[in-house]
Amino acid sequence: MAKEKSNTAKLDFKLEYAAAPESKSSAKINSKYGLFINGKFEKPESKKYFDTINPATEEKIATIAEANQTDVNKAVKAARTAYNNVWSKMPAKERAKYIYRIARMIQERARELAIIETMDGGKPIRESRDIDIPLAANHFFYYAGWADKLQYAFPNKKIAPLGVAGQIIPWNFPLLMAAWKIAPALATGNTVVLKPAETTPLTALKLAEIIQESDLPPGVVNIITGAGATGAAIVNHPDINKIAFTGSTDVGKIIQRAIAGTNKKATLELGGKAANIIFDDAPLDQAVEGVINGIFFNQGHVCCAGSRLFVQESVYNKVLQKLRDRIETLIVGDPLDKNTDIGAINSKQQMDTILKYLKIGEKEGAVMHQSQCSIPKKGYFIRPTLFTNVAQSSRIVQEEIFGPVLTIQTFRTDDEVIEKANNTPYGLSAGVWTDKGSKIFNLTTKMRAGVVWANTFNKFDPTSPFGGYKESGFGREGGLHGLGAYLK
Amino acid sequence: MNRLQVLKTYKIYIGGQFPRTESGRYYTPLNKTGKPLANICLSSRKDFREAVIAARNAFGGWSSRAAFNRGQILYRIAEMLEGRKEQFINELKQQGSSHNQAESEVNTAIDRLIYFAGWCDKFQQFSSSVNPVASSHFNFSTPEPTGVVSIIAPQSSSLLGLVSVIAPIIAGGNTCIVLASEQKPLCGITFAEVINSSDVPSGVVNILTGKPSELVKYFADHMDVNAMVYCENDKDTQKLIQDKAALNLKRVLLYNDINWNNSEAENPYLILDAQEIKTTWHPIENIGGAKAGY
Repeated sequence: MAKEKSNTAKLDFKLEYAAAPESKSSAKINSKYGLFINGKFEKPESKKYFDTINPATEEKIATIAEANQTDVNKAVKAARTAYNNVWSKMPAKERAKYIYRIARMIQERARELAIIETMDGGKPIRESRDIDIPLAANHFFYYAGWADKLQYAFPNKKIAPLGVAGQIIPWNFPLLMAAWKIAPALATGNTVVLKPAETTPLTALKLAEIIQESDLPPGVVNIITGAGATGAAIVNHPDINKIAFTGSTDVGKIIQRAIAGTNKKATLELGGKAANIIFDDAPLDQAVEGVINGIFFNQGHVCCAGSRLFVQESVYNKVLQKLRDRIETLIVGDPLDKNTDIGAINSKQQMDTILKYLKIGEKEGAVMHQSQCSIPKKGYFIRPTLFTNVAQSSRIVQEEIFGPVLTIQTFRTDDEVIEKANNTPYGLSAGVWTDKGSKIFNLTTKMRAGVVWANTFNKFDPTSPFGGYKESGFGREGGLHGLGAYLK
Repeated sequence: MNRLQVLKTYKIYIGGQFPRTESGRYYTPLNKTGKPLANICLSSRKDFREAVIAARNAFGGWSSRAAFNRGQILYRIAEMLEGRKEQFINELKQQGSSHNQAESEVNTAIDRLIYFAGWCDKFQQFSSSVNPVASSHFNFSTPEPTGVVSIIAPQSSSLLGLVSVIAPIIAGGNTCIVLASEQKPLCGITFAEVINSSDVPSGVVNILTGKPSELVKYFADHMDVNAMVYCENDKDTQKLIQDKAALNLKRVLLYNDINWNNSEAENPYLILDAQEIKTTWHPIENIGGAKAGY
């Protein structure tokens, strides 16, 4: 076979951008945070605290309270009292106005929230500024309007709130996930006990401040911090009616088991290993951009990341070359720099997990292609990574890595790629790149996944339901369908 | 001399075939007066696993059939049931119903099939949405069947409960394995004969007989089953099912508070319980200056 000629423009990758860092000065962060229970920040009964650090600098940002069983009891009691006495009795129109008010206050403080999100979690400021924070505000705005219109969402159904919702969220989109959880719960008349992840508690605590300022009745939203034990105390609390969890499939299974035999309802948004499929008729440059965004968005810490690339054999060499060229141009570094494409890995622990998978990949005989870019000496960073020469059975193809690591496989026919793409216990998302409309619909209907992006990837919107098939969990968040998770 | 009646051998129904259980075991449920009903198959775990394979193989074809066609097939089941009404009434009477009760149960079962036949090509419109996203994308959400569903049919009734749990599951494009009522199993197997002559593809509905106490854990923990239906108010069994279901994040549908005799058992939400919502995005080109309108 004649060697494919690369038509990618040769850029001088040595060109460097001047640093354009966002100033930290507009972010107000306390040195110590208590638990937000019944409308007040309180010292934890546990008397224990932990540090939250900036993963890009490894420096401590603040000290955070660790809630124990007694603290969880207090928070649930506050939520129950608020549910019985205030929130379930309030006219829906008034409920809506509180949620609108929270949405507005997030918009007003968007810049501050974006900076804190980036400092605490390591994601590029461009993403927290343009995606996380605006979407969080929009989520509150969207669900606020549903509060007094619920009877139109589910015709002929008697609708009623569930009661107290216990919500546990991950570290990859801290404020956005809090919004995904709290907004629909409040709109449907439930009260909330929410626990952010232990590595990224700050924006949830800033949200607690906003909620306090919004005059939302005390106890309607309680935000308590801690790690796995705190989460377990919420899951096992007998006076909670609903568990909403976003996180790993392993923990999701533990939760489903823990609530077996109780009347608790659950929504579980779990792991994924999405296929992103490029056909030979796709606009390749556009597809390559989509693949890059699909796997390197938020350092690959995305449950719906397009982590398995399937390329039709006839364009494989071309696509691989373009991808290898493109990862060289990605800027890895200071998350607060507005030029940065890939920020810091969220924690030391997650970095170790990703590095472990890089080793596994090489051991399995896969070929690793990494960007040659320089990375900061301090902080947790990993270069964008591609693996070729992988098998369907490779662990790096089967298991969720949750980092900037893409595996690349090839295929010849539509049926072959459908079979390969669906051959995973997960089913959260998928992507298809082709210029042919009928092929798009063939693929999108046959992907066993809850969100399918055609000729695009990693798009989110408050009106758009999100959630998985199979072991990616159950229940939907977002849109009209997201209301169902919080109603009887 | 009176003619000797030919008795029926009750078998189970797997992948469109009527085998006896591979285990060779049987049990003998009694009617109200203590008379044995028949030697009923005591299905084994292996029978169940065979049935799951049949259901999985049937899923692709059944779920991608035109919704209109599924509606016609459900209607056909109702037609076949109507034609064999007398047989079902007799079986229900053998199992303890009065004539009026039996006739009413069969009528309701037929009408319930017609009800769900009608939903086959409508529930999608009822539960789909085009979502007005803020970016330049066309975005819509539609229901798709969850997959293979294991069902322990209601124990209290022989026919109506069984029909009521099967209909919404297959109307939505799922395939299923159903365990008929332990003490009233006759109509379950005769209903399989109705299914078998109603253009329902093999494997879409598989019906076993036996003991829930023996099989429920396998119905709950099988890794190739996507959802499970359980209708009794037995807390320990509910807990067992939910616990085992976590192995592969099975959706567990508990229907202990539904009265199958009335219209509570007729609504599209029962179909949606075994559906997944899929959301599809596609960009809208937005580069010209032209506006809609004229």
